[in-house]
Amino acid sequence: MKRQSTKTTYQLPIGPIHPALKEPVMFEFEIDGEKIIDANVRLGHVHRGIEWAGTQRNPIQILYLAERICGICSYCHPMAFALAVERVANIEVPERAQYLRVIQGELERICSHILWAGVAAHEIGFDSVLYLTWQMREEALDLTEYLTGNRITKGITMIGGIRRDITTDMHPKIKETLGYFKDNFEKLHHIFLDDKTFKLRSQNCGVLAKEDALKLCAVGPTARASGVKKDVRLDQGYFAYGDLDFDYVTPDVLTGEVHGDVYDRIIVRLLEVKQSIDLIEQCIQHMPEGPIVAEPKIAKLLATLKKANGEGIGRMEAPRGEVIHYVKLTGQDAPYHWKVRAPTYNNILPWIPMLKGQQIADIPIVAASTDPCMSCTNRVAVVHKNERHMLDKEMLHRMSVEKTRRLMK
Amino acid sequence: MAEKQMTPEEIVQFFKDEFKEDILDSRIEKRTQGIKKAEFTHIWMRLNSTVFKKAAKKLTKLDQYTHFAVASGYDMGDNIDLVYHFSIYHGARHKEISLNFIASLPKSNPVIDTITDIFPGAIISEQEKQEMLGVKIKGIPNDSRVFISDDFPKNVYPWRRDETGPQKMIRNLHKGAKK
Repeated sequence: MKRQSTKTTYQLPIGPIHPALKEPVMFEFEIDGEKIIDANVRLGHVHRGIEWAGTQRNPIQILYLAERICGICSYCHPMAFALAVERVANIEVPERAQYLRVIQGELERICSHILWAGVAAHEIGFDSVLYLTWQMREEALDLTEYLTGNRITKGITMIGGIRRDITTDMHPKIKETLGYFKDNFEKLHHIFLDDKTFKLRSQNCGVLAKEDALKLCAVGPTARASGVKKDVRLDQGYFAYGDLDFDYVTPDVLTGEVHGDVYDRIIVRLLEVKQSIDLIEQCIQHMPEGPIVAEPKIAKLLATLKKANGEGIGRMEAPRGEVIHYVKLTGQDAPYHWKVRAPTYNNILPWIPMLKGQQIADIPIVAASTDPCMSCTNRVAVVHKNERHMLDKEMLHRMSVEKTRRLMK
Repeated sequence: MAEKQMTPEEIVQFFKDEFKEDILDSRIEKRTQGIKKAEFTHIWMRLNSTVFKKAAKKLTKLDQYTHFAVASGYDMGDNIDLVYHFSIYHGARHKEISLNFIASLPKSNPVIDTITDIFPGAIISEQEKQEMLGVKIKGIPNDSRVFISDDFPKNVYPWRRDETGPQKMIRNLHKGAKK
């Protein structure tokens, strides 16, 4: 709030706590009437020093710490860390484990995208759709629990493999859940993509041009919705993705056009759910036999890791985009350095071009459209003529809902 | 995305021809995936910090849309090493190559040029390196703190391992309150 208010514009600080964000982040908006003229972002309200904490632990302990970086990507972070460590220590992951890793990764993507669809619907006032999507997510969580023993923090990552196998007697349950998603997919497709009001709120809203996406290093569905073909699973590959048959999901696959708006980001995520179902089926069909970890004895594995010297990176396509972990091992118990880059790190800057020119009521849906991975609480302060007014979660949400209602008339 | 893609070996040679002895070390790491053993490459290159920016710019000659992922960095005693993670040739299956540029900065004068004019998305990474490692990014458009709050003491850099590190500020809760 360094800038002075002028006669025509005023400032709107949003956050560090905001209803559309799952974790605290701070926006400073320059507003003219209802329109956003400029935006600035401040971060770090929940910096927990996890990378530093990692340098006090051994790599296997870090797996469980990495799992707690994010509640939704609780599989991607430890896996990306494991990939980096395996490359430093030259550990070959058994083929069966690579297939199992894909299945868990894609299941997490389904959970995340469906959760996001519900949040997006809620942001614009369609709470019945939120209930519908989260009911579907419940099925995905049930399957996660069935396969891993846990619903959210799965605890299945191991350096050199994975901790739980999927045996043939588990296939019927997997098929049943995937069948449920397929049956309901058309319904979701119809609600999100054909509904007139959804279109009015999401088309030409929060546009990110392809050029901006590339320049600002956007990743994941945010980049793909702007027509950037970027997906680590395909660009480079890891696990068993090199064996599987799939392609980049950009909005033109469905509509023949790319606009880079909120609507396109909905398309990309919905199509990715379908793609994930297909990938899981391919993995189950082609899964080779064999062990699921390179070294089952943890003490022996730790001894190997202690001898390892060097540096490596692990890249993974998380639901929100690329996760990259850098690890430097120097023959000590703990890594010398560990750097975690979550996708939102790169998807913060694209918010600025997306939000410029939008209305205040669009902030929740535009911010939510990148699926930011930051926690949620509820107040917004408006500074107008040096007076501070509080806009609470309900108020901001109501403004968004009112806009939807106005459009429906 | 570029018309003609170079192989990893050609890329390393390209940089060696361009920067000669300023390329201090290079390593090509090849890995495979799945049953079909599709290959992918990570290139590691240690270069002189004085040519770092020029080298980053050269990357955009190889691929106009070079992607900058993040920069890592650590305290090596006398030096601070920064590792910039790039990738080129995305958009086609198994064609992408990761490039990791390492630059060593002496602690007495830890300065490196900004790359935000080439990669505008690099700003958060650069701000983070400044506050976590106490390096100076020359020409950074906004040198305010990004992750650390403004009331955090100056001259304490959380990723340093020397006397400017966070050691004095650590409270080990499991050891009980001493005061």
